[in-house]
Amino acid sequence: MTEAADKTLDLIKTKYPEIEWLFDYSYDMLSVECPTAHIAELLEFLRDDPEAGFTFLTDLCGIHIPGHVNKELGVIYHLHNMQRNERLRVKTFFSIAHPRVHTMTHLWPAANWMERETYDFFGVEFVGHPDLRRILNVDDMDYFPLRKQYPLEDGTRTDKEDEFFGR
Amino acid sequence: MSVDKWQNFSPDPTEEFDSIQGTLATLNLGPTHPATHGIFQNVLKMDGEKIYHSEQTIGYIHRAFEKLAERRPFNQITPITDRMNYCSAPINNIGWVLAVEKLAGIKTTKRIDYMRVIIMELARISDHLICNSIIGADTGALTGFTYIFQMRELIYELYEEVCGSRLTTNISRIGGFERDFTPEFHRKLKIWIDKFPTWHSELAILLERNRIFMDRTMYVGAITGPRALAYGFTGPNLRAAGVDYDVRVFSPYSSYEDFDFSIPVGQNGDTYDRFMVRQEEMLQSFQIIKQAYANLPEGSHHVDVPGYYLPEKEEVYRSMEALIWHFKIVMGETPIPKGEVYSAVEGGNGELGFYLVSDGGRTPYRLHFRRPCFIFYQAFPEMIKGGMLSDAILTMSSMNVIAGELDA
Amino acid sequence: MAEIKKADLPPGYQGEGFYATKFDSIIGLARANSLWPLPFATSCCGIEFMATMASNYDLGRFGMERLSFSPRQSDVLMVMGTIAKKMGPILKQVYIQMAEPKWVIAVGACATSGGFFDTYSVLQGIDKVIPVDVYVPGCPPRPEQILDGVMLIQELAKNESGRRRYSEQYKDLLAQYNIQ
Repeated sequence: MTEAADKTLDLIKTKYPEIEWLFDYSYDMLSVECPTAHIAELLEFLRDDPEAGFTFLTDLCGIHIPGHVNKELGVIYHLHNMQRNERLRVKTFFSIAHPRVHTMTHLWPAANWMERETYDFFGVEFVGHPDLRRILNVDDMDYFPLRKQYPLEDGTRTDKEDEFFGR
Repeated sequence: MSVDKWQNFSPDPTEEFDSIQGTLATLNLGPTHPATHGIFQNVLKMDGEKIYHSEQTIGYIHRAFEKLAERRPFNQITPITDRMNYCSAPINNIGWVLAVEKLAGIKTTKRIDYMRVIIMELARISDHLICNSIIGADTGALTGFTYIFQMRELIYELYEEVCGSRLTTNISRIGGFERDFTPEFHRKLKIWIDKFPTWHSELAILLERNRIFMDRTMYVGAITGPRALAYGFTGPNLRAAGVDYDVRVFSPYSSYEDFDFSIPVGQNGDTYDRFMVRQEEMLQSFQIIKQAYANLPEGSHHVDVPGYYLPEKEEVYRSMEALIWHFKIVMGETPIPKGEVYSAVEGGNGELGFYLVSDGGRTPYRLHFRRPCFIFYQAFPEMIKGGMLSDAILTMSSMNVIAGELDA
Repeated sequence: MAEIKKADLPPGYQGEGFYATKFDSIIGLARANSLWPLPFATSCCGIEFMATMASNYDLGRFGMERLSFSPRQSDVLMVMGTIAKKMGPILKQVYIQMAEPKWVIAVGACATSGGFFDTYSVLQGIDKVIPVDVYVPGCPPRPEQILDGVMLIQELAKNESGRRRYSEQYKDLLAQYNIQ
């Protein structure tokens, strides 16, 4: 682990000493897993604190891992400190039965559409989002397609044999 | 900033405008419209020509790339990445291959890096050529468009020499290239290097100091640096706003640190700056291509990674191991380790990121594309508010919004 | 001096200062060489269309110089690129708004059959929503292939009856797509 990543991790640990932080450093990036209740606070701290300085939200996406009980859905944030050229990944997982995370649009306007995309694909509800509705799929779609249980194809093709096309 | 300098720009997005008659007209700049940058819908609320509010609907070309990628083995995902930013498809291809190589721990030689740099910079020039000529065409200057496409045809011929295809290239494999640069490629590249400065200066002479063009594009659709950063801008749009962030310099990949080039930066973040930043970036890319081509080291066009790179056909017919590797790679059984990686390259529009989560299987567990167009298009309502309709069209084309990357 | 290819005269009766033939042939000849396309360019095939329009593969020499983005003023609907299910109704609306006679050319694998994208959000071929006259395969098709497709449309326009829109077969075809 690099010195910079060490410092960032220490910063997070000192700010929230009561939380048992799960972290990982691989492929030049520190990943930290944060409990869902504290995620908004943590990201605000990482953005505003002068020592942390992660002012750029690079990416926001969702993930569905059916194997983890009570932590099936997750939202993953990629942050970037442009001054020190340091990247950080923050993950948060929550149960598929109550998929709620606080929105980040008050911190970064860039999160607006990225959260709508995550809602569209996984059904994650972002509490406090100004306009949470589907963005890429048709509006009247009634399921969340990127969840693992749904197939890729739409099932209406009659001319492709399933076994030949790997369905 | 003072409103008088920015006559078309309102810095506060919540500011309310009073309309004279109290009613605003709704105009649907619908999914099919002549500013042929792609299909997305803008519903504008206007008072006469001035725009007060706009709402975007995208997703008209949503092709479910991320779900599709979960079904395809790693070397079959390169064609999907082609179709995101299809004006500079090689950059997407090579970006994806770099992400897989990062995860698998494959190091490439200098020769492969330099070859990749030449191809990527050609793609960047190709993308900027389309964008700039379309900005010209949207102001009415159609000549630049027809002239510049001849240059793009030469670039297409160069791609054809490497990979056989013009637009959706599927260039580069895990561990190198599918074939070495042919003598014909060398001949054509030399001709291209000879011709490019003249062609570029023709477009420059036509538009750069053209009174009509400058009046149409200066102070139009502007955005400040801090606001652009908050909106997640990267690439030429961010550099036009004054922030010199370029992934090639911040996190060099594929030996970019060996080259000497500068990053053009604008001042006002308006349409003219975006146009000029792209113009200058094309010249910088040209410098990189010349340096890379002059210093191209000798060597093979691929590294020796039998588990990932298809063996030569003669070997497949003769040796047992090669046959087994060939079979495994074609069936998609490449040994990609378990893990997650985020890898970014400087695409034509900004930081193109690949967040790849692998569980050690044939296909990615989750692949997310960080698409720059999707992220910066959110700022569009703010950029056109208070401006005229024709300015909105120019802002849209100067941001180089490509529908394939917007919707993925 | 380049050789100028003249169009062949349709079959008819020639006399001193006059030429008698069917209306359909003359009108077909005129229509074929001055089609106005509506480029419905959605994705990558649209860029190949731009290359076809540009000076190297010049579409203008086929009489298709004037692109019309308004359905009311165009003859050929060139659908280039993937059509998602969200876009399907809009494509149908554009087709309905076009005035007769109209032809449709599906350029590229995605427009022909959904192509590369066998997914839940992509329409598997535009012939699920509108009738198609010519299919141009390719991903993306080379400009020469697109020109080949255009020339096939020209053959159709030349040889088609002027009263096609009133024929039973045509009305049945449109009824299949729920288009009046």
